[in-house]
Amino acid sequence: MSAPNHKAQLEAVLRAEKLGREVAGKTILSDISFDVATRDLLGIVGASGSGKSSLLRLLNRLDEPTSGTVYLDGRDYRQLPPRDLRRRVGMVTQRPFLFPGDAATNLRFGPAQRGETFPDAEIARLLERVGLSGFAASEVSVLSGGEQQRVSLARALANRPEVLLLDEPTSALDEESKLGIEELVGSLVQDHDLTCVMVTHDRDQARRICNRVILLEAGHLIRSGTAVEVLGA
Amino acid sequence: MFPSQIALGLAQAAIAAIMALAVVLLARRKNVHLESDAAIALLRGIVQIVAVGSILALLLKAPRWTSVFLLVGMVLAAGSISAKRAKNIPGAAKVSTYSIAAGAGLVTAIMTWAGVIDTAITSLIPVGSMIIANAMNTNGLALNRFRSEVLSHAGEIETALALGAAPEATVARYAESSIHSSLIPAIDNLRSLGIVWIPGLMTGMLLSGANPMYAAIYQFVVIAMILASSGLTSLLSTMMIRSHAFSPADQLVLRGAE
Repeated sequence: MSAPNHKAQLEAVLRAEKLGREVAGKTILSDISFDVATRDLLGIVGASGSGKSSLLRLLNRLDEPTSGTVYLDGRDYRQLPPRDLRRRVGMVTQRPFLFPGDAATNLRFGPAQRGETFPDAEIARLLERVGLSGFAASEVSVLSGGEQQRVSLARALANRPEVLLLDEPTSALDEESKLGIEELVGSLVQDHDLTCVMVTHDRDQARRICNRVILLEAGHLIRSGTAVEVLGA
Repeated sequence: MFPSQIALGLAQAAIAAIMALAVVLLARRKNVHLESDAAIALLRGIVQIVAVGSILALLLKAPRWTSVFLLVGMVLAAGSISAKRAKNIPGAAKVSTYSIAAGAGLVTAIMTWAGVIDTAITSLIPVGSMIIANAMNTNGLALNRFRSEVLSHAGEIETALALGAAPEATVARYAESSIHSSLIPAIDNLRSLGIVWIPGLMTGMLLSGANPMYAAIYQFVVIAMILASSGLTSLLSTMMIRSHAFSPADQLVLRGAE
């Protein structure tokens, strides 16, 4: 493993260094390096099967890289307890996978894993922030797709993450809900000083909200830069 | 008509096998293909049971403690067979063997110590094998259910992991439902005892001239022992297999193809 660039480490909250993953002899990802700083919203763009979601799963160590590693605040994430790492690197998936019960139960889940209670006032504030004021006692099963995705975002934020990973969070939503979530994500990144990495197959979405983009093709990083540099105007 | 009891038994086995194969052919007409599995199982079954019969014939004159070796061999085989129900879970064979050994072994040992099971080889081996076989089936059911629950809820499990949950907590409710469903046959057997079926052991005791009341009560004893050993086996195997579904870095290893 090569030594990380210390200057870049100081600036970048999350730094992927020569990340690779092979499964049963098949290369899923190869030699991926990038860094993301506070308030960055990095888009991972590419065709289906290019390795976008696989890359995201390596960033919170849901899967193990077979080469390279990730540095979180300059520290190799393999030195961190996985549960602590995942508290700090939150994730929102394409399907929200909400737990049975009401929205408040879902928001309490993360803090409860560390034995912390999440006060009702905090729940109300967070739900208001994601546009769901008064939804604390709402059963999640009766919420719309857009509302469920907002609960999922609030649930991830309840853990007070430093990095937020978003895996196609709007792909199952209608146009109006999609634009609402995009606006919400953009403002959350700024207001909460988050570092955000978002997978999307929608190039227009990447142009709208990502300040930086990396383009993947067959598991390889083809291009990186601003959305316009990578995807064109 | 038959020169010996063994010849009679083989003829009866042939008729029973033909009936089983007829059902397999019937299933084939409905596009359910059990041919190779059923043929291999029937062949294995007759070879194995004849082998055990031969060993029992030899052991009848051996010291009583030798039956322990046979029971240990049965536990090892049971662990290997039922681990196949937990395909893709690393360490399933070890978990199965330990669970069956503890569940069936403990119940058999206690009941033998209490005098409920006679230490004679002709008693200890058949009753012990019934307990081990049922523990094996329960273990297989529990692991199979656990595997399918985890595979079908991988998204929920990984969501909980991504929120910082402890791996074993993320699969706790699937482990509980696995224990419950694996014990349904044993509980139903106890519930329907004497009403729906008269088990083989009681039938054998009646045929050999035992008091019908004693045969009935002893059958209850055996079925209750089976429930105890199956329950303990299922409890242990699902407790142990939970940690095997995850890597040391708390990653779910039991997932569909990537």
